[in-house]
Amino acid sequence: MKAAPFEYSRAADIDEACAWLAADDSARVIAGGQTLVPMMVMRLARPTRLIDINRIAALSYIRNDGDGVAIGATTRQCVVERDALVAAQVPLLARAIPNIGHAATRARGTIGGSLANADPAAELPLIAITLDAVLSYRASGETAEIPAREFFIGPMITTLPAGGCLVGVRFPVWQGEKIGVGFHEVNARRSDFAFVSAAAQVELGADGKCKRIAIGVGAATDFPMRLDSAEQQLTGSTLDAKAVDAALREALADIDALADLHASAEYRRRAAINLASRAVADAVSHAQGKKAQRNADAH
Amino acid sequence: MSADRHRYVSTDRRVREDRRFVVGKGQFVADIDLPHMRHVALVTCPYPAARIKTIDKSAALAMPGVHYVLDGHELAEATLPLMTGLDTPNVPRRPLATDVARYAGEWVAAVVADTRALAEDAAEKVRITYEKLPFVLDAEQAIQAGAVLVHQAHGSNVLLDKTFVWGEVEQDFKDSPRHLSLRVKWGRSATVPIETFGVAASWDPWREMLDVYASIQMPRYADQISIALKIPVTSVRVHHDVDVGGSYGVKRGIKHTVLCGYLTRRLGFPVRLIEDRLENMRGGDAHGPERLFDVDVAFDDNGIVRSMKMRALENVGAYAGRSPFQLGKPIGAIVGPYKIKSVQYRAVAVVTNKTTQEAVRGFGQGPTNLALERTMDEVANALGLDRLEIRRRNMIRHEEFPYTIPSGTTYDSGDYHTVIDKVLANTNYEDLKKERDRLRADGKLAGIGIAACLEPSGGNATFEALLNPAITTSTFMDSCRISVDGMGTITASMHTTSSGQGHETLLGTVIGEVLQVDPDSIRVTRPDSLNSLPSGTPVGSRMAIMLGGAAFHAAHKLKAKLTTIGAHDLGIPLERAVYKDGIVSDRDAPQNKRSWGDLVQIAFRNYHRMPDGLEPGLAVSHVMQVPTGGTLPTPDGRVQMYPCFSFEFHLILLAIDPDLGTPEILRYRVGHDCGTVINPKIVRGMTMGGIAHGIGAALYEEFAYDGEGQLMAQSFMDYLLPSSREVPAVEIIQHVTPSPNTVLGQKGAGESGYLGAPAAVANAVNDALKPLGVSINTLPLKLSKLGDLIAEARAKKGN
Amino acid sequence: MRIELNVNGTLHEIEVEPRTTLLDCLRDLLDLKGAHAGCEHGVCGACTVLFDGVAVRSCLMFAAQAAGTPITTIEGVTPGPGELSPIQDAFCETHGTQCGYCTPAMILVAHALLADNPEPTRDQIVEAISGNICRCTGYAQIVEAIALAAERMRGANRPRSLSK
Repeated sequence: MKAAPFEYSRAADIDEACAWLAADDSARVIAGGQTLVPMMVMRLARPTRLIDINRIAALSYIRNDGDGVAIGATTRQCVVERDALVAAQVPLLARAIPNIGHAATRARGTIGGSLANADPAAELPLIAITLDAVLSYRASGETAEIPAREFFIGPMITTLPAGGCLVGVRFPVWQGEKIGVGFHEVNARRSDFAFVSAAAQVELGADGKCKRIAIGVGAATDFPMRLDSAEQQLTGSTLDAKAVDAALREALADIDALADLHASAEYRRRAAINLASRAVADAVSHAQGKKAQRNADAH
Repeated sequence: MSADRHRYVSTDRRVREDRRFVVGKGQFVADIDLPHMRHVALVTCPYPAARIKTIDKSAALAMPGVHYVLDGHELAEATLPLMTGLDTPNVPRRPLATDVARYAGEWVAAVVADTRALAEDAAEKVRITYEKLPFVLDAEQAIQAGAVLVHQAHGSNVLLDKTFVWGEVEQDFKDSPRHLSLRVKWGRSATVPIETFGVAASWDPWREMLDVYASIQMPRYADQISIALKIPVTSVRVHHDVDVGGSYGVKRGIKHTVLCGYLTRRLGFPVRLIEDRLENMRGGDAHGPERLFDVDVAFDDNGIVRSMKMRALENVGAYAGRSPFQLGKPIGAIVGPYKIKSVQYRAVAVVTNKTTQEAVRGFGQGPTNLALERTMDEVANALGLDRLEIRRRNMIRHEEFPYTIPSGTTYDSGDYHTVIDKVLANTNYEDLKKERDRLRADGKLAGIGIAACLEPSGGNATFEALLNPAITTSTFMDSCRISVDGMGTITASMHTTSSGQGHETLLGTVIGEVLQVDPDSIRVTRPDSLNSLPSGTPVGSRMAIMLGGAAFHAAHKLKAKLTTIGAHDLGIPLERAVYKDGIVSDRDAPQNKRSWGDLVQIAFRNYHRMPDGLEPGLAVSHVMQVPTGGTLPTPDGRVQMYPCFSFEFHLILLAIDPDLGTPEILRYRVGHDCGTVINPKIVRGMTMGGIAHGIGAALYEEFAYDGEGQLMAQSFMDYLLPSSREVPAVEIIQHVTPSPNTVLGQKGAGESGYLGAPAAVANAVNDALKPLGVSINTLPLKLSKLGDLIAEARAKKGN
Repeated sequence: MRIELNVNGTLHEIEVEPRTTLLDCLRDLLDLKGAHAGCEHGVCGACTVLFDGVAVRSCLMFAAQAAGTPITTIEGVTPGPGELSPIQDAFCETHGTQCGYCTPAMILVAHALLADNPEPTRDQIVEAISGNICRCTGYAQIVEAIALAAERMRGANRPRSLSK
């Protein structure tokens, strides 16, 4: 399995990368390569030119950005995994990252790469949608933003314009006393792409009721979905198990779930309800300070 | 020979092969660079069945670095079809399809270029037009009258349909008060080594020699190359010192080798083909059994199973080499460890438009054990009896060995009840049940899995003659040569490849034991096929028995020669000569002795001191026939198959998340008895590895096809191999019941774990599902299938 | 294109195609055969090398990308001709290898783990090797090898940086 021939360029900065992209619409950027290279060696992807953006220092950062945390597109997943700022400010992201692939792939894979690849089962797009992250890209010398909800529109399909290159993503930080997160996925083996995944972030008010909630489900449909109706129903409630279950069932009853050799559509639908329910329960416990943020070992 | 009296055998010695592997100095086929070697890439058929209309090579040939594009017609004109096991002349098998391609992924053309990358570039440019043909994928459909034919000339899709009746089956069914029927499916899976098959072939027209370097595990490999290429077998030199990166049965490599052998002779330079993972999964040496069992048993109210009818329907794929014989080998242990009195066995092999299946570890015994063990569980359930107790009642008892089963094979020895007792002493069965019940109370589905299975070992492959009466092979050999050189150091040779079983260590240990010298002082070599004595290769869990046996006998010959030389030189009768630690002394006057160096001196340089008629030097060899072998089947289909029967008893605790269907093995104990253990590290490794393979087959692995005949699991992203996270900690409780048929009491262990783990996991899952009133008998037990089954059952129960 | 690779402490100037993976470059152009191709699509881990001390899949990197970063292969952790490192020796002691194909990768993963965490729990060892598939051993003796190596290395008073 050898890739088809291509030209290789190393971009010194993002505008140079975009210039290469603009010059050839079969050119692609390469960062971590953990999903691009397998596609290339199987000859499913055949870029005529690879533009290596790994050395663009300006694209690798994690920083406080007002009421959010901004992460550069070429920041390695393993760096985000160990980052204290992310753990403190974007706990849902910290919770999800250990589930991405294996340590060896997180050592090279980047935040931007996974988002741009937009695999329906990938964890990062799910977190981005759940937290209403904003992605920024560069094209023709201009930087523009796309909210996560508008970015993912199909399986491996995004609204990143041709010739554009992701430069970063900004995760809003929920300010509040009692914030909790939950993340669950189901797969045959621990580090496979998920068959279904669910993410939840909850803010409890002083009265212990739900002040704010975000619930996302991934891998069940062509791109991750937010459960807006369930969120609306559950805001202001005590988030008791029954109410959560009912709201999730309603939200997920009619989804057009994916079916493949790994799981039926019915399985994905049911698992979505179950995992979302667990994610919410974990988030509640976490917000109540009852349970420490669960580590990656538990499903 | 009891274990206490062994100096080296059964001691915890390091495996000498490990040294080269831990530093990355194994010599795998892809590590071998032959001067001017070129590389092959394959052009494959995208359809499950298609007539090949035109092949346009021009664009490919015009590409840089491309030397040749070979098509099936040219190859067919120059070679004979590959050897098959059954008598099916109208189902020929060739490396490249000629007029019709019969599975998606079948090789249609081969491109030769300076590099593999260039060959792949050119392979994309070979333009082939196809006319799509109807296809059939399901075995039950393929056997119906009017089914789409995979091979028109054969007239049907059935390669084999043979029924054996051993004993008074119908009478036993009539006489039994209870009956049970069960259908069990072993999904298409295999042992999938991390190294794919590869071969480098180089033809020297001056010496008329074809040098072959391959990652191979194939009996009669040189013979088959010779036959297909129409060159004498003395023109084929297979290099046995290539390290094989795992095989576990599958690396038969014959279509690759004939292809490369032809190309090197045609083109005049060495040619190499290393399957890439896609070529391997779709059309290489990768697939294994896909077997549907229909089992009927007749039993009484005490759970004693008197008689069994079994139909095994195998989906062989589009062609067949040896693979249909995988239906025959289990005949030698068709009743497992049980005293079932009569058996009817119908073996049916059908072709479909799926990838051809190769031999897999156990050669069909694993699937058969699954069917047997699921049946025993269901018999227990039908009677409300304990599943362990049922097995104890049906098992052959220690004192009943040697025990002849209805199909004519005599089991050598065993102590199944003791093995079970030892496991239960380690893990209390009642406590395990309590743990299961606690998990159930916590809302999980939980089950205990039991499997009691045999590992036939020794490789007496009389199933060939059973399934194809035209075959009269009753010889299954292995060999060892030992020579002491003029300086007194010892070299021993083995005559086949290995894929991690530690055969060099085995040889050193056995020879060292007999000669009473340090095993690590013995050099072990692997001469090529022209310098080799006969070997049946490491199949059928045979090498401890056969290579160990040949080495043992050769070493005794050497010891006898040394003793004779010493006695003669000491001037004493042979009976007074004592051999100990390489020294021969006078029993009556021990101060009179000849040292190892003295004996070597005499043998090599002092002919005047040699006994009359004895050859000078110290070279011996032994070619050994398989113990208990040498007979052919009787007219009613009875025959002695393998000589030795190892036993394994698996005890598992498994939990299933009822909402997600995710299975988790919480406890794993296995009792294992392979007779005398020559090297404990090696045997443990085999058992652990076999269990990992078994867990994969039970829960994760499947070569799944879609309705269009396309393999859905084409890469490791979809064919899921167990990682360290999916294999739980396993405790092995070893027991030794020596075999009376072998030199040291050893039995085989090469298939250990794999032959029982899938049955144990399947039984655990079914025990877990039992409270819901459902069962599942199709492997792999994928979590989504379990999830769907559980949801359906709960819905029915109004949950 | 010409690139310079730092492999096992030696700088190599080599001519590669852009599409040449680091794995193929190490094996075919630098004659370092210890990294193995098992799947070439990043799942089996047999191609693992250390990239600035971190275990990565060399089949998922083009050689051109690897310039400028120290690369360590199995040949680079072998102390000398005929010698074994403590980790390599531990693998021999527990028989943590059979066919040898996944072994260099497993050993490099062990090196990276123990450099970072000299006292791993069994679970941490299992996690560390979970990205490397073995079809022979069922993993038990590999886990034991790494635990044994850790124990021996802790007892040896070796500065941690030397185990990289």
